[in-house]
Amino acid sequence: MKFTLSWLKEYLATPAPAHEIAEALTLIGLEVESFTAPDPALEEFIVAHVIAMERHPRADRLNVCQVDTGSTLLQVVCGAPNAHVGMKGILARPGVIIPASGERLQKGVIRGVESAGMLCSARELNLGADEAGVIALPAETPVGAKALDVIVFDPVFDVAVTPNRADCLGVRGIARDLAAVGFGVFTPKLAPAVAGAFQSPLRVVRAPEAEALCPLFVGRFIRGVRNGPSPEGVQRRLAAVGLRPISALVDITNLLSLEAARPLHVFDADRLRGESVTVRLAREGESLAALNDKTYPLSAEMLVIADAVGPQALAGLMGGTESACCESTTTVFLESALFDPGCVARAGRALAIESDARHRFERGVDPASAVEGAEWATRLILAWCGGEASSLVIAGAEPAWQRTIPLRAERLYRLTGRALPVTTLHHRLHSLGCTVQRAEGSAVLTVIPPSWRRDLEAEHDLIEEVVRLEGYDQVPAEPLPRQPATAPPPTVPPTWQQRSEVRRTLAARGMLETLTWSFMASNHVALLVADSAARGLMNPISADLDTLRPSLLPNLIRAVRRNAAHDMPDVALFEIGPQFDGMTPGAQKLVVAGVRAGHDGPRHWSKPAQSVDVFDAKADAWAVLTAAGAPLARLQVDAAAPRWYHPGRSGVIRLDATELGWFGEMHPRLARALDVKGPLVGFEIFLEALPPPDRAKPPLKIPPFHPVVRDFAFVVEDCVSAEQVLKAARSADEALIAAVDVFDIYEGLGKGYQSLAVSVTLQPTEKTMTDQEIDAISTRIIDAVIQATGATLRT
Amino acid sequence: MEEDLQELEIWLRDALAIADSVLAVEVVRIEALGKKGRLTTLLKTLGRLSPAERARQGETLNAVKQTVLALIETRLAALREAEMEVRLAAERVDITLPARPEPEGCIHPVSRTIDTVAALFGVMGFSIAEGPDIEDDFHNFTALNMPLDHPARQMHDTFYLPKRADGSQFVLRTHTSPVQIRTMRAQKPPIRIIAPGRTYRCDSDMTHTPMFHQVEGLVIDESTHFGHLKGCITEFIHAYFESDTVPVRFRPSFFPFTEPSAEVDIGCSRRGGEMKLGPGGDWLEIMGCGMVHPRVLTACGLDPERWQGFAFGMGVERLAMLKHGIPDLRTFYESDVRWLRHYGFRPFE
Repeated sequence: MKFTLSWLKEYLATPAPAHEIAEALTLIGLEVESFTAPDPALEEFIVAHVIAMERHPRADRLNVCQVDTGSTLLQVVCGAPNAHVGMKGILARPGVIIPASGERLQKGVIRGVESAGMLCSARELNLGADEAGVIALPAETPVGAKALDVIVFDPVFDVAVTPNRADCLGVRGIARDLAAVGFGVFTPKLAPAVAGAFQSPLRVVRAPEAEALCPLFVGRFIRGVRNGPSPEGVQRRLAAVGLRPISALVDITNLLSLEAARPLHVFDADRLRGESVTVRLAREGESLAALNDKTYPLSAEMLVIADAVGPQALAGLMGGTESACCESTTTVFLESALFDPGCVARAGRALAIESDARHRFERGVDPASAVEGAEWATRLILAWCGGEASSLVIAGAEPAWQRTIPLRAERLYRLTGRALPVTTLHHRLHSLGCTVQRAEGSAVLTVIPPSWRRDLEAEHDLIEEVVRLEGYDQVPAEPLPRQPATAPPPTVPPTWQQRSEVRRTLAARGMLETLTWSFMASNHVALLVADSAARGLMNPISADLDTLRPSLLPNLIRAVRRNAAHDMPDVALFEIGPQFDGMTPGAQKLVVAGVRAGHDGPRHWSKPAQSVDVFDAKADAWAVLTAAGAPLARLQVDAAAPRWYHPGRSGVIRLDATELGWFGEMHPRLARALDVKGPLVGFEIFLEALPPPDRAKPPLKIPPFHPVVRDFAFVVEDCVSAEQVLKAARSADEALIAAVDVFDIYEGLGKGYQSLAVSVTLQPTEKTMTDQEIDAISTRIIDAVIQATGATLRT
Repeated sequence: MEEDLQELEIWLRDALAIADSVLAVEVVRIEALGKKGRLTTLLKTLGRLSPAERARQGETLNAVKQTVLALIETRLAALREAEMEVRLAAERVDITLPARPEPEGCIHPVSRTIDTVAALFGVMGFSIAEGPDIEDDFHNFTALNMPLDHPARQMHDTFYLPKRADGSQFVLRTHTSPVQIRTMRAQKPPIRIIAPGRTYRCDSDMTHTPMFHQVEGLVIDESTHFGHLKGCITEFIHAYFESDTVPVRFRPSFFPFTEPSAEVDIGCSRRGGEMKLGPGGDWLEIMGCGMVHPRVLTACGLDPERWQGFAFGMGVERLAMLKHGIPDLRTFYESDVRWLRHYGFRPFE
């Protein structure tokens, strides 16, 4: 909501300067997003008279001017095309700060000619755009006067009006609110009724189905008008707040909307057919060519203003071109009505029409303003365009808007912690236009809010008004008391601590935590899941972010791609966040995912950089599981990762029947689709699938006997997995065997076979083992592995 | 005999003095103590002496033998020391070479900020609650006093999911406030929670990203009032920005789900394009808050005549930007490793 200072002052008598008004507005909840006002630095600028001018001897576009400041003559070099002898302009003298640049003006020599100042343009003074060059003041401006005293400048305020304050979508409402906090004196500027000179030839009718949606419809016929431009001051004011002046008739409706938050419409009555103007619901198949040059198909829940032939305006949204007022309009039908906010909002949303009228109607137009608005507009039309007005034609009636709200002083104290005397409550609400009554000695007020405050519905609304006008700074801050001992202790979500441990662990492993969008491109989703079409957003921000992600990896891989484009191909990234297995609130999974690309570290003299491989991803996955407290000894791995992994170089991590996650090399199809070259591995772990971490440590028993390590080499077929061999070896004596590991793999045995070198650590607990005992267990190990895997002992 | 011994010792000292390697010392040792060594030969003569004489001479000879051994050992130690010095001198490396690289991972500033906020409110007795990113109309809007045609809904630029068979439509939550509703419907007061998480709005420009993070807060009991809200938020801001002098201002505003509602501003100064927190005449909006609206309590089955409290919501990215001087919101989601390293936090920082 934009308005100018002079406009505000028509309603508010205040000596306060613009910046104080801006501050006051913000503190009563009418946040000033911006305001333009003359810079205080202009105090130093004065009016100067150009008394002589000649071309600069060494620059075609510059002139050397002799200017009179009233007390002295100065020589000034000026490049403005509009500079001329006799002109009065604004002079900056050396030492002043130029508002636009913030720099101090120096006495200078311009191409060999001394310049003792500068004639200023509007832009240089932050007073607006330059028009023809430097500012040219009217001829009667006194020479030597202070610039601040002669510049006609009307500061423009831009206020963010919150949706509850429909009354402040007009200058008058803003003035009223300022006055309520004691910031000046408010004058409502009422418009007296215009006596009708004749009966309107057009009747107004509300169709039965429209009666609830349009409680009141006020019309007036005005004939013999001459439409033309609005008065210059009005045009300037509209332009200052960003509206293009069109014609007096149109400008008047805009003016009332901005001034009184009262939307109106003017029809060219000569273009309306039939003898009545009807408010009704649109019929299927009807359409309206609207004033914004778009044609809207209408549907049966939209309210229209129609003539005998068809819709002429969308109620509360926009008028139609067919009956629009134009230069040649001589007969006007004025509409000032009350429409249901929900009805206007729904139609506006369905047709995507954003208009000032919609903005006001859906927030609630003052139900008592229809007649006043019509009278006000009539006065302006008669004053600016001449003509003769009919008496008002009215359908429906002003709805009963009065509501009585009890306000308890005790309740205000309980909610705010501030005790206020009942008289203060009374005074504050009264200043807003409320009717306030109080039974003798009672601490309960009976409050009837004014018609323009539809937002004041109940006691808490009144409490907010009192506290707001008193000032939030007047409420003393108090420390939040400690929770009572009976309250349960603070809790965190089940995976909260795990996330924190995992995050630190992966960062300590050299991975960078990132956050990527919860959405991704549907064509990439199609590489992962079959039902990508069902996962789309209705109104995506762009085509590459149109679908909820079924996995975190693609966005991480795209991040790899972007970094590679900056010549940083060796990247290790992870993210902890949601993936979406469906389109319902319960279909969200918390995932830790990571990718590594390129090499496992920077090149270094001490060791060559290695390409990342599946075992980097496996190590990351295990680090996550360890940090999250997963029961590592019970985990199993097999090769059945989803289709975005390399089928031969990936794995599923299971705990019994539950999949805890996946790791592996990325499938080349996915890497190619996401345009990543070079080695690329990743993992995904589902934190919520893990059992609650058991971080209890059983007591440590350090055996008093030395462990014994024995190495074996088994030749197995390629189809035998290392895990099968290790498991078989372990099974030879679960109590005695403390650890089994693969320490070498030899593949040079010929096709189809490989040799696994396995070390077995035996940990006796009762006594030191004899050679015979060691030999016996070794035999059992060998037999177990041979039995289980068909291996032979390599000799 | 005594002359022999004296001569032996002189010889030994001279021989050791010129023995310049472990091997040379060994030669000397054999010449003195070997089977046919000079001292061994002398020792062998003891057998021929009378018992009394043998005891006397034996004592002397043993003393000499100890001396011989000590002299040899001393010489060997000196030689070994010298040899080691030579070897160490040859083993010198260029210690200015860079050390082996350590992994250099980092934690994202959003995670770090959420952890900080959670810790600060944890001290004040707040639990952490979470809710789903996909929400229904009831939790995201209606229960928060934003019925279908409420103009405040338009300010939310909501992402919609496809219509369902029953005509309903899920949304991506536009704020973390639905967690208020879920919490109040699931548990009895007293309630003190914060709810961090992802939020979504269909908006993308210099200062908006389609996804961002909020931390919601909610306190419900029988006595918490607007003064407590001010105290709690002020305490948080001072702790978060690690400054008791940052001015905090509560300014009237409007949210459908709170009343009275306030925007919270913190003081700053802007000089020469540089923003600095602290007293300085300018203000920065940092969060919204207010007393929970009676209609919200009612929607959650709580009697507003008995239960009351406050709620607040703040943007995590904004908190991070202000505290750590991060200039551009959009960079939070670009995954540029230079940015992640620069603005990220070491895992144990």
